[in-house]
Amino acid sequence: MIAHFGFGILLIAFFVTLYATLTSALSKREAPQRAASMVESARRAMLLTFPLITLASALLIYLLVNNHFEVQFVYQVTSRSMPTYLKVTAWWGGQAGSLLFWSWLMSAFASLATLRNWERDREFLPWVILVSCFTLAFFLGMTAFFENPFKMFYQTSDGVGAYFFQPANSMLFTPEDGRGLNPLLRHPGMVAHPPLLYLGFVSFVIPFAFAIAALITGRTDDRWIRITRRWALWAWLFLTFGLVFGGRWAYDVLGWGGYWGWDPVEIAAFMPWLTGTAFLHSVMIQEKRGMLKHWNMLLIILTYDLVIFGTFLTRSGVLSSVHAFAQSAIGPLFFGYIIVTFVASVALLLHRWGSLKAETEMKSLLSREALFLFNNLLFMSVLVVCFWGVIYPLTSELFTGSKVTVGPPFYERATGPLFAALLFLMGIAPLSAWGHSTLKTLGRALWKPAVVAVAITLALYAFYTRNAYALTGFFLVAFVVSITVYEYWRGARARQKSKHENFLAALSNLTKRDRRRYGGYLVHLSIALMAIGILGIELFQIETQGTLEINQRMNLGGYDMQYQDIARFTGPDGREVTRAVVGIYQNGQFLGNLHPRIDYYWDAQQAMTIPGQRATMKDDLYILLVNWEPASASGATFKIYVNPLVNWLWMGSLLFLVGIAIAAWPEKDRERAIVKASRQIHEVGAAK
Amino acid sequence: MNRKTATTKQTTTHPLLWALLFTTVFSLAIYSIVFAQGSTPTDDEVNQIAKKLYCPVCENIPLDACPTEACRQWRDQIREMLSQGKTEAEIIDYFAATYGERAASDPRDKVKAYLVPIVAILLGAAGLVSALRKWRKPQAARPTAPANEAQPLAQMDDYVARIEEELRNRE
Repeated sequence: MIAHFGFGILLIAFFVTLYATLTSALSKREAPQRAASMVESARRAMLLTFPLITLASALLIYLLVNNHFEVQFVYQVTSRSMPTYLKVTAWWGGQAGSLLFWSWLMSAFASLATLRNWERDREFLPWVILVSCFTLAFFLGMTAFFENPFKMFYQTSDGVGAYFFQPANSMLFTPEDGRGLNPLLRHPGMVAHPPLLYLGFVSFVIPFAFAIAALITGRTDDRWIRITRRWALWAWLFLTFGLVFGGRWAYDVLGWGGYWGWDPVEIAAFMPWLTGTAFLHSVMIQEKRGMLKHWNMLLIILTYDLVIFGTFLTRSGVLSSVHAFAQSAIGPLFFGYIIVTFVASVALLLHRWGSLKAETEMKSLLSREALFLFNNLLFMSVLVVCFWGVIYPLTSELFTGSKVTVGPPFYERATGPLFAALLFLMGIAPLSAWGHSTLKTLGRALWKPAVVAVAITLALYAFYTRNAYALTGFFLVAFVVSITVYEYWRGARARQKSKHENFLAALSNLTKRDRRRYGGYLVHLSIALMAIGILGIELFQIETQGTLEINQRMNLGGYDMQYQDIARFTGPDGREVTRAVVGIYQNGQFLGNLHPRIDYYWDAQQAMTIPGQRATMKDDLYILLVNWEPASASGATFKIYVNPLVNWLWMGSLLFLVGIAIAAWPEKDRERAIVKASRQIHEVGAAK
Repeated sequence: MNRKTATTKQTTTHPLLWALLFTTVFSLAIYSIVFAQGSTPTDDEVNQIAKKLYCPVCENIPLDACPTEACRQWRDQIREMLSQGKTEAEIIDYFAATYGERAASDPRDKVKAYLVPIVAILLGAAGLVSALRKWRKPQAARPTAPANEAQPLAQMDDYVARIEEELRNRE
């Protein structure tokens, strides 16, 4: 009954969304007054989708929490033994539920966007509604007709099957227990990772909607960019955090000592991040110099379609083979949607090509805008490598019949130099000027931080490493950090002199005065910190594996590990836990115990290897229990990793959060003043 | 005299030294071959190779980290091949030939795998260079433009400097 109700609500939401799409699309054909009322009607319909999808989602959560295994989705992703919070998060633990979750977020964001003050941009409204509702209608349609989370099991003469409606001569079939959530997803990291990723995905739809609105209306100045700047920044923040949480989850749960495996699903989430990052940089060129208008449009179109591609891939896994793609009901639909939206958007862009001419010219190859262009080229190059790496196995299978694996070596080799070049640009770009920069002016600004970076690199060469890759990487990191710190210091000193403030006040006021710039610098700094972590684990990770008897020791990288005890017991949710106790020593001194374990989930018949970890800023000791058979006398097998500097990666991500928050926090007073001024202008105009 | 004796000694011991060196190296080589075939390779040696392989069943999990029974058997096979004296390249080739190219973590045909992205990136770079040239052309057509723009700035600087100086003189 509740499932039927949920299905009904979902259908209503779908038709309301269709209504909003069509009404806003057709409004332009009508006379202005009627058109305005049609747009208002579409806007209200759009706003109605949010409570409707919220209700459908609440009903689904009710079914999940209360073990309604007669519902196919509930059966697939929950089991009686799962704790309630995991049953709730199972909402996005399977394909059907996660599509509904996506729709819910999309509806929330579109509603937020339509609730903003539209006084200055009324002509955009119908088209923003059109694009967001078209996207929403696609996802709702997919949820309602193809991947419906409310389908129920019925016993017919042909056996048990899942149906939308009860077939004739059938009975409702309720399994005793569900299959349970994939064990890999039963982790706090997985609770946060998909929502953050989806938040990032969905928020990028809003700038896209405004870009299309700008193309349709022909208002091709930078207004659409200014309106959506914060949306894009928040989207980028969510997406980045989605990726970081995903990395942390992989590190804690997947048990291979790393955080990023260049898996197609990871790359699918990384690709919109690449175009989004390029977009965030290149829109500044349009705002400051009136250039690159075509390119920005193309970037946001690419980001939108990569978001759809990413959503599709992260859940379906169809890229593993051509056959999986053909068999998946939604695969061809998603593919068709991506093609249609991409072609339509690019056609629209070509239609407006002439009105998107640059207002100024490029004067110097070292100007800020030129460096941003190189940055864009590099981001797009990383995208090309990623995209090719993801589709190469498919094309190879399609054309030669032989499947290939494109693993980490390909990506590391191909993207390593590109990331290094990006770091270098990240260093010099903040010091180059908009419009015009020469080698001399740039050199004058650069030499002091460059000397610091060289000194740090020499010190590292003398005391830490002789590895050329590492030294190059660390030099670039030191370069970025010293330039960023130098920029802050220079700005604060100038303020200190002119305004007679103390250094800290000058620093804080400096940031407040130009939050976008100084927030951006913090983000650069955080990327440099993350790069330290990445360099550490990628270039200096060491590992060893061995089988130990009780009280035997194994050592690695200055750490001694003593196997002390092991036990097997049943966990609270029915999983079988095999947990070892190992003592950790360094230079003979006892540091503490770690508890690597293997969790075996009977319901899903899957094992998870959870590491015992000891984290410091210098390195992580990461111990896995690989194997232990109670019947055998051969002891337990452990694998130890020492992951140097990896915690800088996680620390860097926190600074990233601070940087983006500074850059994107709404400036209430300024916004209010603009709105007030525009209202006054409007009123004066009306009075005349 | 002493020096002469020493020289003579050196010449006489030379062949002996060579013989000793040869015997040592030869016996070490023989020993290492016999030893390598007879000994069991360590887990680390096995993992070093397993890292570069993927089994066809466990999507995207490298063989050294995969906990399934099938993958354990593959690792045992690597161990056996290592103890037979096979090299890393031979072992990876064997798995790619037996289980298909997808068993190797890196595409075997490097040209096919790398050509497309390299060409695409070069095309992108060429596109950017040509766009930059196009943008800079109007400036080249009017070579005096930057000088004209720079001049008032320079004049401004002079002007500001003079005011500053005068102010300083007054103080």
